[in-house]
Amino acid sequence: MLNKFEKNLYYAMLRIRMVEERIAELYSEQEMRCPVHLSIGQEAVAVGVCEHLQKNDIVMSAHRAHAHYLAKGGDLKAMLAELYGKSTGCAKGKGGSMHLIDLENGFFAAVPIVGSTIPIAVGVAWAFKMKKSTNIVTVFLGDGATEEGVFFESLDFASLKNVPILFVCENNFYSVYSNLKVRQAPQRKISVLAESHGIKTFTGDGNDVQQVSKMTREAIKFIKNMNKPVFIELETFRWLEHCGPNGDDELGYREVGELEKWIKKCPIESYKNTIIEKSIVTETEITQMIENISSEINDSFNFAKESVFPKLELLNQHIYKD
Amino acid sequence: MREIKYSEAILEATDFSLENDPSVLVVGLGVPDPKGIFGTTSGLQEKYGEHRVMDMPLSENGMTGIITGVSLNGFRPILTHQRVEFALLSIEQIVNQAAKWFYMNAGQQNVPIVIRLIIGRGWGQGPQHAQSLESWFAHIPGLKVVMPSNSYDAKGLLISSVEDDNPVIFLEHRWLHNTFDNVPSEGYRVPIGEARLARKGSDVTIVSHSYMVLESLRCADVLAEHGISVEVVDLRSIRPLDSKTVLNSVSKTKRLVVADNGWMHFGVSSEIISIVTENIFDKLICAPVRIGMNDSPSPSTRALANHYYPRAKNIAEVISKMLDKTVDLNILFPKTDIPLDVPDPSFRGPF
Ligand SMILES: Cc1ncc(C[n+]2csc(CCOP(=O)(O)OP(=O)(O)O)c2C)c(N)n1
Ligand SMILES: [Mg+2]
Repeated sequence: MLNKFEKNLYYAMLRIRMVEERIAELYSEQEMRCPVHLSIGQEAVAVGVCEHLQKNDIVMSAHRAHAHYLAKGGDLKAMLAELYGKSTGCAKGKGGSMHLIDLENGFFAAVPIVGSTIPIAVGVAWAFKMKKSTNIVTVFLGDGATEEGVFFESLDFASLKNVPILFVCENNFYSVYSNLKVRQAPQRKISVLAESHGIKTFTGDGNDVQQVSKMTREAIKFIKNMNKPVFIELETFRWLEHCGPNGDDELGYREVGELEKWIKKCPIESYKNTIIEKSIVTETEITQMIENISSEINDSFNFAKESVFPKLELLNQHIYKD
Repeated sequence: MREIKYSEAILEATDFSLENDPSVLVVGLGVPDPKGIFGTTSGLQEKYGEHRVMDMPLSENGMTGIITGVSLNGFRPILTHQRVEFALLSIEQIVNQAAKWFYMNAGQQNVPIVIRLIIGRGWGQGPQHAQSLESWFAHIPGLKVVMPSNSYDAKGLLISSVEDDNPVIFLEHRWLHNTFDNVPSEGYRVPIGEARLARKGSDVTIVSHSYMVLESLRCADVLAEHGISVEVVDLRSIRPLDSKTVLNSVSKTKRLVVADNGWMHFGVSSEIISIVTENIFDKLICAPVRIGMNDSPSPSTRALANHYYPRAKNIAEVISKMLDKTVDLNILFPKTDIPLDVPDPSFRGPF
């Protein structure tokens, strides 16, 4: 297919957006009974990065993981079933939205304790190196996570041992309701922190999927050719509340107009305009994409809703491996 | 007297402490945010200023050391985390530094800090957001650990904790925040280390703490209607532990059930049963029984979480067995449609 890669970027972002919009829409039915941190507005980072990864490359993430999981090829049905707490969920309902996993597709783990997957990802990547594998690990982290001590300890070790890892920092300027300004000194630059550990660093616009994609291609080349880690910092913005299905701009914790500015920079809309202009895709094709995605989403929600809850004996399983 | 919520009681105690002592500081992720840590810090920054009431970086470990340092140099900080688990990043500072400091320097410097931690439960919180780790902290000489079960005690104990010259771990159960109790509007103190006789009875003593006190009281109410008289001791403080109140009660009733708020192994219930059997073994007419969280991580799905937490009915089952009474628990605790992964609206208080 002509322009397959470009079309895929669009399709993947649109799919993630539509999945999360449906989660938001159905959340009020109170059947997805776990906290959900939606990535609406941040899809370009997940997609621009993951489209360059191979199936056996590994991705790890934190509390806001849906986009990363789906972009890496994580199974949609298993993710939704996990949100519904069903036995067909990717962790059989034990984890919920904040503990996604799909080993088959290289989505290794996500946990909600901020920063905690960073060193674990370094370890996974270090093991790749020791095993002389050509695979790499990508770990997604937020701007908030760079305030944890373990972030620095992980950068140091990754650099020290030349670990094949791609750190992707999604800087959305907020940790819950707290702006960067009340958490980090104005002179502090996240990318420079990585650089000062001797790590090759890129920065860019996290709402521009082409830019993210180009940067990631270079980053991966560097990791593989130079056998060294890379750090990417991308600016982006969360549209909805930190946790939950609704907007919360009315609370006034963000500057007036800040959200609108970012909505105008919607990663999906702006890329759509670009690819239509360049005749990479037609409106008809887009309509078709929407139809396909809708029907996949309908099927997947039906699957999740119709699946059974886990049996009681699961409660005491998996505490130890026999 | 007014009835106010537990979360409002925490807010009032913090407000009182800030007002009363200019050296008190409030620090925590989300302290000044629109939700104000479940309403427990709302409006305080506006009232006392950013230099006394503040947000912080996502740096639990560093901030615990920093508030320890600030306390060594004249301040009385209250540090808040929205979940117990976030304090685990700072366990070194808490256990090796804050808890040991006064002892290590032979009494030359003390660490007057309060660390407020919230125990999560329900709505699929999952394995990393719903742990009740009081026994970890209570294991450490040098730390005080308090766990009020109602608004009145929450206010009085928080004021006492701030005024205490030692590090105090103040544990709040998320499901208590919206319960009500009669609370004086002025400041008052509930002493650390004193349990409360939450209900008088003669057949059996339930010793409990934090949220499980509510389940114990519910159990006692129901059993009372069936001629079983239950005494409930609310520990309020885990360390120091008021063994006198526990021993007095069990000496009288001669039977002990401990309703633990956390896991039982190596937990608060282990300690209570040890103290009772060490001291008044001869008074007991049967072996003590404990009940607590299922011995596994807490699962997210309600299908499993509903079986993870013990409830009034489970305590009643233990007691009826202990007293050799046949009671139909399904009649005493009829099934309702209330989902079990959100707080029971009938647990409103006062207690
Ligand atoms: C160690 C720890 N502290 C606090 C929290 C509560 N918390 C959950 S997500 C979050 C914000 C994290 O911000 P960031 O890393 O920028 O990610 P974003 O939510 O913006 O995607 C916080 C403070 C936590 N989960 N873990
Ligand atoms: Mg952020």
